[in-house]
Amino acid sequence: MKGVAPRSAAIGIALALLLALPFWLGHHTYYINISSQILFWAIAALALNVLVGYAGLVSLGHAALLAMAGYTAALMLQAGYGHGVGSLAAVAVTLAASAAFAVLALRSTGIGFLMITLALGQIVWGVAYRWASLTNGDNGVNLNGRPAPFGISLASPEAFYYTTLLCFLVALVSMWVFVRSPFGVSLAGTRDQPRRMTALGFNVWLIRFLAFVLSGFWSGIAGLLYVYYHQFIAPPVASLQASAEILLMVISGGTATLLGPIAGAAIVVIMKNVVSAYVERWNLVLGVIFILIISFMPEGLVPGSVRLSRTGWNWLRARFGGGAVASPRERTS
Amino acid sequence: MTALAVKGLNKSFGGLRVTANVDLAVEPGERRLIIGPNGAGKTTLFNLITGEIAPDSGTIALFGRNITRVACRRRAHLGLARTYQIITLFPRDTIERNVTLALLGRAPVRWSPVADLERRHDLLQQARAALARVGLEHIADRPLAQTSYGERRRVEVAMALAQEPKVLLLDEPFAGLSIDERRDVQKLLREIPRSVTIVMIEHNMDVALDLADRITLLHFGEVIVEGTRAEVVADPRTREVYLGA
Repeated sequence: MKGVAPRSAAIGIALALLLALPFWLGHHTYYINISSQILFWAIAALALNVLVGYAGLVSLGHAALLAMAGYTAALMLQAGYGHGVGSLAAVAVTLAASAAFAVLALRSTGIGFLMITLALGQIVWGVAYRWASLTNGDNGVNLNGRPAPFGISLASPEAFYYTTLLCFLVALVSMWVFVRSPFGVSLAGTRDQPRRMTALGFNVWLIRFLAFVLSGFWSGIAGLLYVYYHQFIAPPVASLQASAEILLMVISGGTATLLGPIAGAAIVVIMKNVVSAYVERWNLVLGVIFILIISFMPEGLVPGSVRLSRTGWNWLRARFGGGAVASPRERTS
Repeated sequence: MTALAVKGLNKSFGGLRVTANVDLAVEPGERRLIIGPNGAGKTTLFNLITGEIAPDSGTIALFGRNITRVACRRRAHLGLARTYQIITLFPRDTIERNVTLALLGRAPVRWSPVADLERRHDLLQQARAALARVGLEHIADRPLAQTSYGERRRVEVAMALAQEPKVLLLDEPFAGLSIDERRDVQKLLREIPRSVTIVMIEHNMDVALDLADRITLLHFGEVIVEGTRAEVVADPRTREVYLGA
């Protein structure tokens, strides 16, 4: 089949670049850390994309799920538990919270769903901020170092980068499998024609519920990586702004695509960290970039770039090729 | 045993009584035509039978089994399938994927988050077979967005047939079709074996009458006349309510 070979080649090159990243970045700690951040925010964006892109359910409370995983791990460690127990507890708490969020929010879809997730997120933020005896309030919780699974210390930026990369690749592959699976296809069906799906014999509510829990699971993994990366967690990570940022990653990159949320995460993290070093009003730059994306590529950066490059290619062919114009049949996913 | 038995069914939307004490008994293999002017409550009756809305009172039985309180999705598993008057398909997918979704609705593999749907050759073959029945096999790979209205009507029927229903509810399968397309759909409906019981809503009398064994006339939610084709057409109340004499 045409198109498979270049696709495999592109994946191979991307993988090689990611694996060799610390080397071609000259072991520059700052840039390796930025890369780790992009990867765990990309996991969070991929997680949210399960709901926004494939289920058609826009959540504005996802940062709260991420924060809950981070807080659980941090508080368990502070209470004297080990990293293994703390991490497992973090995932368990996030799964339980996702299930509770889902039961409440799935009473509605559309704007109702968005408002309920927003409210739930604000509750979590409120607990983190105000319940100081538990969460240490505004001062946040500090961690005493990163774990050393199987005797490998994650203290160095390189070690942490590779751990994050591993989690990211597992998340990405599992998403790739998921969207091609009968369950993933059914989920997309509930987005496009929920009524028909019910009449066809699908349990639309349960499909959405399970998708929410899956999304919560990967949000929890992202939260764990977040807290181990910063070795500190404070209420802003649970805030509405954080939820909106993850949502912007998904929308600007391209919903219901696998690469879109990753591109979106890269843009936001680079803007926040790199551009802010040169431009004081980096938020303004970020805003302008989003407006440009929405104006010229309303479907998102990744599908938009594919469309524009195809149009450009056709234009070039028509102008200089002379022959019949056929668009290269590429697949976006 | 009666394939579909509706007894004393009532449904009101606010003060508007859209289904008023409706009785309906459709025998296995029968072709029942439901006619009535706009707003007679025909589609509402379908929605009640499939469980998309709940009745205020009355019972619905499928082959002797009371399904009045059975969830809509379970009724599909019990062998009830429908098409929609307003085309309700999956616009981002191909024709084949639309039919595959109908098949998944009754296949336990729909819960698998790891299987590769494109490698489920059993499902793909069944989807192709269903499309062959409606004459769309040659364009199975075409995105739905690039199909004509007539083709979409047939995809609707293919999806219902793919589920191998015992009772098939067709909501205006000829709506909006050209004369040629109507003839195609008529032929395809005639080829459905008698193991499938069909209840059909249709305005287009010249194509629909030909298919019907018995006819039920609804008016303001009530059954006004019921009988064989000849009886109903000859009945003065039919002329009064429907044929506009």
